[in-house]
Amino acid sequence: MMQTPVTVPVSVNSEAPWVLPNRGIVGMWCLIAAEAAIFLIFVVAYIYYLGKSLTGPLPAQILELPIVGTICLLSSSLTVHEAVSALRKGKVQRCTVALAVTVLLGAAFLWTTAAEWHHLIYEEGFTIRTNLFGTTYYSLVGLHASHVVVGLIFLTVTFLFSVSGRLGEMHAERLEVLSLYWHFVDAVWVVVFLVVYVLGR
Amino acid sequence: MAKEAPVLEAIDQTAPASHSSGPGVVYEWLTTVDHKKIGIMYIVYALIFLVLAGAQALLMRIQLAVPNNHFVTPQVFNRLFTMHGSTMVFFVGIPILFGFGNYLIPLMIGARDMAFPRLNAFSFWISAFGGILLYLSYFAGSGLYGAGSAPDVGWFAYAPLTAKVFSPGHSTDYWTLSILMSGIGTTGTAINIVATVICMRCKGMTMTRMPLLVWLLLVTSCMVFVAVSPLTAAQIMLTLDRYLGSHFFDTQAGGSAVLWMHFFWIFGHPEVYILVLPAFAFINEIVPVFSRKAIFGYSAMVAASVGIGFISLSVWAHHMFTVGMGPAGNTFFVFATMVVSVPTGIKMFNWLATIWGGRVRFRTPMMFAIGFLFQFLMAGLTGIMLSAAPFDWQLSASYFVVAHFHYVLVGGILFALFAAFYYWYPKITGRMMSETLGKWHFWLFIIGFHLTFDFMHIPGLLGMPRRIYTYEAGRGWEYWNLIVGIGAMVQAIGTLIFVYNLVHSYFRGKIAGPDPWDAWTLEWSTASPPPSYNFAVEPNVGSRRPLWDLKHPEDPDSSYE
Repeated sequence: MMQTPVTVPVSVNSEAPWVLPNRGIVGMWCLIAAEAAIFLIFVVAYIYYLGKSLTGPLPAQILELPIVGTICLLSSSLTVHEAVSALRKGKVQRCTVALAVTVLLGAAFLWTTAAEWHHLIYEEGFTIRTNLFGTTYYSLVGLHASHVVVGLIFLTVTFLFSVSGRLGEMHAERLEVLSLYWHFVDAVWVVVFLVVYVLGR
Repeated sequence: MAKEAPVLEAIDQTAPASHSSGPGVVYEWLTTVDHKKIGIMYIVYALIFLVLAGAQALLMRIQLAVPNNHFVTPQVFNRLFTMHGSTMVFFVGIPILFGFGNYLIPLMIGARDMAFPRLNAFSFWISAFGGILLYLSYFAGSGLYGAGSAPDVGWFAYAPLTAKVFSPGHSTDYWTLSILMSGIGTTGTAINIVATVICMRCKGMTMTRMPLLVWLLLVTSCMVFVAVSPLTAAQIMLTLDRYLGSHFFDTQAGGSAVLWMHFFWIFGHPEVYILVLPAFAFINEIVPVFSRKAIFGYSAMVAASVGIGFISLSVWAHHMFTVGMGPAGNTFFVFATMVVSVPTGIKMFNWLATIWGGRVRFRTPMMFAIGFLFQFLMAGLTGIMLSAAPFDWQLSASYFVVAHFHYVLVGGILFALFAAFYYWYPKITGRMMSETLGKWHFWLFIIGFHLTFDFMHIPGLLGMPRRIYTYEAGRGWEYWNLIVGIGAMVQAIGTLIFVYNLVHSYFRGKIAGPDPWDAWTLEWSTASPPPSYNFAVEPNVGSRRPLWDLKHPEDPDSSYE
C-alpha cells in the first residue's frame, strides 16, 4: 500500500473542515501595517517640528481647510464598499457604476490637493525648501497623495475590466482586497487632516 | 532510528527533482517563482556578500593589527567599515535568514509554495539589485583605486554628516537608495511569510502544531512591518533632504540630527532581533533532533518569542544614552532593555532543558548549536552591562561595544547559521556535507572567534574608540589588536574550509536520502531535494512532530498533545 508521508493517526479535531483566511486579505493587512508605520514616522516628524521653523510662513497663515476634498475622499470609501457588496451579489453593472463614482471622487480629491499646492507654490512662494513646515507639510501630504494615485490606478484598471465585462462575482474577494487599501488611504487622510489642518493650525 | 522505512516508502518516487541543463538553466533560475529556488538564490547571494564583507573586515584588521599602520588610507578605511556594516546587516543577515525561511516555511507547514510566489521573486530581485547598487559605488566617481564613491558615513549614517554639504557627490546616495530597495524587498518577503503561515498551512497544522521555526519567522516578519518601515521613511526623508533641499535633518534650518538617530534606531534595534529570532529558530529545530527529545516548553518558547518581538520595539534609545535624554528617558530604556533578557533567558533555559537527559549526537550542526548557546549567553551578559546607562556613558562607541555586538552577530547568529547550513544542506542539495571538514571548520572558527572577539573587549575597556583609522603605540592597545587580527585570519581560514565544503559536497558528498538526521518535521518527509511541488499528496498532521507519529505509529505524539 502506498502510504503518504504524513497520513498519520490524527486526532478528531483535524477531521473538522479546514478553512484558512484569504491570503489576499491577510497580505493586504500586512501591507497596511507596514505602510501605517511609514506614515507614523512622517506624522511624528510633522508634530515634532511644529512651531520649530526658523522662518515663516506658519501653517495658520497659509493653510485652508480642504473641506471639499475631504468630503470627496471620505465618501469614496462608501462607494468602493458599495462596489464590493454589489459584486458579491453578482450585480456587475451596479459595481461598475460604483467604481466609476469612486474613481471620480478620488480624482476630485487629487485635484483639490493639486490646486492647493499650485496656490501655495506659485502664489505664496511656499515650497519644500522654505522652512521645516514646508518640509514636513509637502512630504506628509505628498506621501498621502502618492498613495491616492496608486489606489486610483488600480481602481481605474478594475473599472476598465468591469466595463469590458471581465469582472465577475468570483472576483469579489480580490476587489475587497483593493477596497481595503482604499479604506486605509482614507483613514490615513483623516489622520493627516487632523494633524496638518486642525492640530497644526 | 530503525524506522526510516515509512518515510522512504511515502515519497513520490515517480517525480524526483529534475534539473534541466544548458542555457535553459539560467533562464529557469532568472524567471523562477518557486520558493525553493528563490530561497537558494537568497542564500547564495548572501554568501557572496558574506565573503565580500568578510574580506573588508580582514582589511580593517590588517590596518589595525599594528600601531601607526598605513596599509589603507583613512578615506578607504571609512569606506571599509561603512560597507562592511551595511553589507552584513542588509545584504547578508536579512537575505540569508529569509532565504532559509523561504525554503523551509512551505515545506514545514506542508504547503506547495508561498502565498504570493511572484511577490516572492520581486522581493528577492529588488533586494538583490539593492546590494548590487551598493557595490556599484566602488566603480563610480574616482573608480576602484580610490575606492570609488563607496559610502563612508558609517552604517548608521548619522546626520548631519549625510547632508549634501558634508557628503558631496553620490556616495551617500548609493547607500540611501540601496538600503531603501533592500527595505522594500524585506517588507515584501515579510508580507509573504505572514500570509503563507496564516493561510497556507496543510490540514491539521494548527498554529500550536507549527514547528517553532515557523513561529519565530512569523514573529520576525511581523516585526519587519513596524521596524523596517521607519527606516524606509527615514531614507525617503534623507533623499528629500539631499535632492529637494528639505530640512528634516538639516540642523542649520532647525532640523534635528537626534531625530535621525531615533528613526534609525527604531529600526536598528528591532533589526537585531529580526536577525537573531531566525537564528533562535534554527536552534529550536536542531537542538531537539540532535538531543533525541521533543523541545522543552513549546508554548513558553512561542510566548517568549512574541514577548521579545514586543519588548524589542521599545528599547531603541539605549543606543543613544550619550545623547542626553534626561533621567526619565534613560530610566525607561535601561529598564526596557533589561526586561528583554527575561524572555531570552526563558529560551536559553528551554534549550538547556531540551539537551538535559537527551542522547546527544555531536554532529557538526549540534556542535555549532552548542557554540551558539554558550556565546549567545556571553553576548547577552555584556549586553546587560551596556544596558546600564552609566556604564554605557563610559564605553559607548568603544571597542567594547563592537566586541559585544559582534559576539551577538558572529558568536550567536553566524554560528546558528552555520548549524543551519550543515543541518539543511542535505535537504537542499540531496548530499551530506563532509563531517571531517565540518569539524575542522567548527574548531578553527570557534578558536578564531574567541581570539578575535574575546580579546576585542579589552582595548575597548582601555579606551580604544571604534572607527579609528590607526593609533599610537604605547597605549596598551597594540598586543590586543594583534591577537584580534590573528583571530580574524583563523576565522577566515575556517570560512574558506566551509565554502570549500559547500562546493565539494555538492558534487562529491554522500547521498543523503530524504531523512538523514531521523528528524520529525515535515520537510524531511519529502525527497531531497524536494520536487517542485514539494508534496505528492497534501499532508495531514496530528501533532507537532508528524514524522515521529509516522515512524512510531504505536506511540504517536498526537495522543499526548
